[in-house]
Amino acid sequence: MSQPHSSSNAEQRPSKGGAVSDLAIELRGINKSFGPVRANRDIDLKVRRGTIHGIVGENGAGKSTLMSILYGFYTADSGEILVNGQPAHITDSRHALQLGIGMVHQHFMLVDNFSILENVILGAEDNALLASSLSKARKELKRLSDEYGLSVDPDAIVQDVSVGQQQRVEILKALYRGADTLILDEPTGVLTPEEADDLFRVLNVLRDQGKTVILITHKLREIMAITDFVSVMRQGQMVATMPTKDTSPEKLAELMVGRRVLLRVEKGSAHPGKPLLEVKNLVVADDLKVVRVKDVSFSVRAGEIVGIAGVAGNGQSELLESIAGMRDQLSGDVVLNGHVLSLEGDDGAHRARLAGLAHVPEDRQTEGLVVQFEEWENNILGYQHDPAYGRGLLDIAAARRQAEERMHKFDVRPANPRLKTANFSGGNQQKIVLAREMEQDPSVLIVGQPTRGVDIGAIEFIHNQIIKMRDAGKAILLVSVELDEIRSLSDRILVMFDGKIVGEADPATATEGELGLMMAGIGADGHAARSGAGAGPAHAVGGDQP
Amino acid sequence: MSARRPLPRWADVALLPVLNLVLALIVFSIFVLLIGQNPLQALAIMINGAFGYGEGVGFTLHFATSFVFTGLCVAVAAHAGLFNIGGEGQAYVASLGAIAVGFLMDHTVWWLVLPVAILASMAVGAAWAFIPGYLQAKRGSHVVITTIMFNFIASSLMAYLLVYVLKPVGVQEPSTANVVAAGKIPQLRQFFPWFGGAPLNMTIIFAILALIGVYILIWRTKFGYALRTLGHSPSASLYAGISNSRMIIIVMMISGALAGMVAVNEVLGVQSRIVIDVTAGYGFVGIAVALMGRNHPIGIALAAVLFGALYQGGLDLQFYMPAITRDMIVVIQALVIMFTGAMEGLLRPGLESAFMLYSPRQKADAVARETVGTES
Repeated sequence: MSQPHSSSNAEQRPSKGGAVSDLAIELRGINKSFGPVRANRDIDLKVRRGTIHGIVGENGAGKSTLMSILYGFYTADSGEILVNGQPAHITDSRHALQLGIGMVHQHFMLVDNFSILENVILGAEDNALLASSLSKARKELKRLSDEYGLSVDPDAIVQDVSVGQQQRVEILKALYRGADTLILDEPTGVLTPEEADDLFRVLNVLRDQGKTVILITHKLREIMAITDFVSVMRQGQMVATMPTKDTSPEKLAELMVGRRVLLRVEKGSAHPGKPLLEVKNLVVADDLKVVRVKDVSFSVRAGEIVGIAGVAGNGQSELLESIAGMRDQLSGDVVLNGHVLSLEGDDGAHRARLAGLAHVPEDRQTEGLVVQFEEWENNILGYQHDPAYGRGLLDIAAARRQAEERMHKFDVRPANPRLKTANFSGGNQQKIVLAREMEQDPSVLIVGQPTRGVDIGAIEFIHNQIIKMRDAGKAILLVSVELDEIRSLSDRILVMFDGKIVGEADPATATEGELGLMMAGIGADGHAARSGAGAGPAHAVGGDQP
Repeated sequence: MSARRPLPRWADVALLPVLNLVLALIVFSIFVLLIGQNPLQALAIMINGAFGYGEGVGFTLHFATSFVFTGLCVAVAAHAGLFNIGGEGQAYVASLGAIAVGFLMDHTVWWLVLPVAILASMAVGAAWAFIPGYLQAKRGSHVVITTIMFNFIASSLMAYLLVYVLKPVGVQEPSTANVVAAGKIPQLRQFFPWFGGAPLNMTIIFAILALIGVYILIWRTKFGYALRTLGHSPSASLYAGISNSRMIIIVMMISGALAGMVAVNEVLGVQSRIVIDVTAGYGFVGIAVALMGRNHPIGIALAAVLFGALYQGGLDLQFYMPAITRDMIVVIQALVIMFTGAMEGLLRPGLESAFMLYSPRQKADAVARETVGTES
C-alpha cells in the first residue's frame, strides 16, 4: 500500500509562471437546487495544483452533483468556478476538457472490440483519414505512457486486457485530450488490491508531474493512503476540508454521517457446530455456457460465517446462484442439513427455500426485489406459497401487517408497506431483502454483496444483523468484492480465482497482501489451485479465533 | 438534463387517452373536410349512431363484448411480460370449439349450451396459444413472432377446413352448416325489444364475468402475484423460485382462452355458423383496447365500449353520409388505433412538462429522485 504523501511536498512545488494561481480548481459558493431539494449548498472548495484531493460523503451527499457541475453536466444556480484562477462557465463536458478537466467514470466508456489505440483517439480524430491520426496518436500515447508510467499495449483489444488496464486506458484518454485535472469516480471498485496499488502509484506519478487529481470514493482507507487533502460532504454541504495527515478514518466517518460510527465490526468468537451447507465438486456454467465454477468444494458449519473473497467475475456470482437454485449445476452436489438438494429446473430456488436456505442476492434491484411492486409485495417474494399469506387467494391484509412489523424491526424508513419499492433508498431496499430472508429463520443464509450501494449507517446495521444470525447458530456464506467486509465479518475466508477456490485463510492472521496475491491467482505458498479446496470440517482452520 | 415525473394516475388513465382520442378525431376531421363534408355533422352522426337509440347501443355493446375478450387476452399476457398478438388466430380457431358444442347440443337448451360452448372455445383457444407459449418457454422462439405466424396458420387452416371439410354439400359459400335450435345463443332483444335488431346476446354476461375474473386473477391471487413478478422482472421470479417456463405456457393458455370466447359471441351469437373471417379483426383491435385500457379491466371495459361505438357509429355514418365510404370508416378506426395504441406516448412528454410547470413541487421531487439515483 502506498504511503500517504505528505502535503508539504505539494506546497514546495513551484507554481508555473508565478502569476498563475496555485489552485487548479476553485469553487465559490456553489448552489444547486432541484426545487426544494438543495443538492449543493454554498459549496466552497479549493483544490491545489499538483495534489490528490479526496472527496468523501454518503450516497446523496451531493458529491456527484458537485462533480457534474464541474464537468459541465449541470449548471450551478449560483456560485463561481475558477479554473487556474480564471472564472469559467463550463457548459458541457467538451468545454470542461478544453479547460483541462478530464473525468474517469466508474463504469468505463470504452468500445470493447476496439484496440486501446483506437479507443484513445475515439472522438479526438484529427481528420477523416484514420491512418494519420493513428500514427500520431501512437507516438503521443507512447510519450504519455513513459511519462506517467502507464504502460499499455496500444494494439491490444480492450476486451482482452484486465480491468486495471482498461482503467489505464480511461486515464490515458483523458491525458491524451490534454487533461490537467483528473476526476476519478470510485476508481477502485472493480480492481484487485494489486491493481488498486498500481493505480495509486500512477496517481502519485501524475501528481508528481504536476497534474491534479480529484478522487471520489467511499473507501476511507484509500483516502488515508493516497490523498493529500480530503473534503467531506454531508447533505449537500461541504462540512470539512483538511490535510489528510491531520485526520483519521473514524473522524472522517463521523463527519460523513454526523454521528459516531463503528467502523470495526464487533463480534465475539465463533462456535461452529456441524456442517449445515456442504458444496461438493460443484461445476457451473454461465448463460453463455462458459464454465465459471470449476469443481468447487467446501462446507459451512452452524454458527460460522465463511467469506468468499475474490475479484468480481471469478465465478462467485455463479456459485451463489447455483447454491440458491437459480442456476443449474453441470455436476456436483449441494448438501443442506445432510440432504442433497435437487435444484435442477427453473424453480430450483423454491426447493432450496423449502429445504431451509435463505438467499440475499447480489443484485437486489433485479433479483431480490421487484422495484415496481409495493413494499409488502416484496416482503413475500420467494415465500408467496406460504399458507400464512392465504391459500390460492392472497391474504393481502396479513402480508401487509407482517411487512409493516418487519419494517419496524429492521428500521426500514419510511415504514410504509404501501410505498413503491423503487422509492426506498439503497440501504432501505437492502434491509427489506434482509428482513424477508432472515425472518424466515433459515438454517443456511447465503449473502451476496450485502452492502453494495448502501450508506455507512446502514452498513453497520446490516453487519450486526449478519453477526446476530451467526450467533443464532446459522451457517452463513458471504460473498463480497469488498475485501474489508470479508475480513471483518468472516470466521474463515476462502479465496476464489478463475472459478476455483485457490486458498483458505484465517481473517485474524492473513494479511491483505497474502489475500491479494491469492485473489490474483498466485497461491500464498506457491501452489496455485486447490490448496484450500478440500471439503469438510477437518480442513477448517482458525474458525474459533476471534 | 430533463427530469421527468410520471403523470398523476388520473391523467395517465383518463386524460391522456381522451387527448389521444381527440387528436385522432381532429385528423379524421381534416379528411372529412377534404372530401367536402362537415366533420361536426359526421361526428354527431357517429355518436348518435353508437349511443343515440336502442339498436345502436345494442350493436355497440355487441362489438364491445368481443373487444373485452381480446383486450383481456392481450392484457393478461402483458402483465406477464408477454406480447400476445395471436388473439385473432386464437379466436378464429376457437370457433371450432363453439360450433362443435352448438351442433352436439343443438337439441338441448341454450343455458346448457352457453357455458359448455364457452368452455369449449376457451379450451381450443388455449390449445392454439399453447404452441407459441411452449416454443417461447422451452425453445426461446419469441412469442411475438410465433403468434403473428400462428394468425396466418389459423387463417389458412380455417379456410381449408371451411372449403374442404366443413362446408355442407350443395352450399356455395365456404361456411359450416347452421345451428338451428339450442345452439343459437339468445339475443337480448328477445327480452328487451329496445335493442331492435342488434345482435347483442347473452355472451356479454361472460364478458363482465371475465373482467371481474381477470381482476381477481391478476391482483388477488398468488398465481397473479407470480405472473406479475415474471412480467416485471424475470430474474426476480427466477430468484423467487417461480418456474418461468411453466408460467409462460400457462399465461399464454389463459390468454388464448380469453380470446377464444370471442368465438361464442360471433359464431353462436350472430352467425349461427362459422363463415370466413368470422372474428373480423377483433383480435388485432384487442391490442389497442388493452393499450388504451392500461391493461386494467376497468380501462379495458371503457376502451372496448369506445371501440364498439366506433364500429357501430362508423356503420351509421356510412349509411347516412354516403360521401363517407367504407374506406373512410376504416381510416377513422385506424386513426384511433394509431393514436391510442401505437402512438399512445405521443403527448406524454408534453403533458408531463405541463404538469411540472403546473406543480413545481412535483418537479422538485422528480429531480431529486433522479439525482439520488445517479449518485454513486
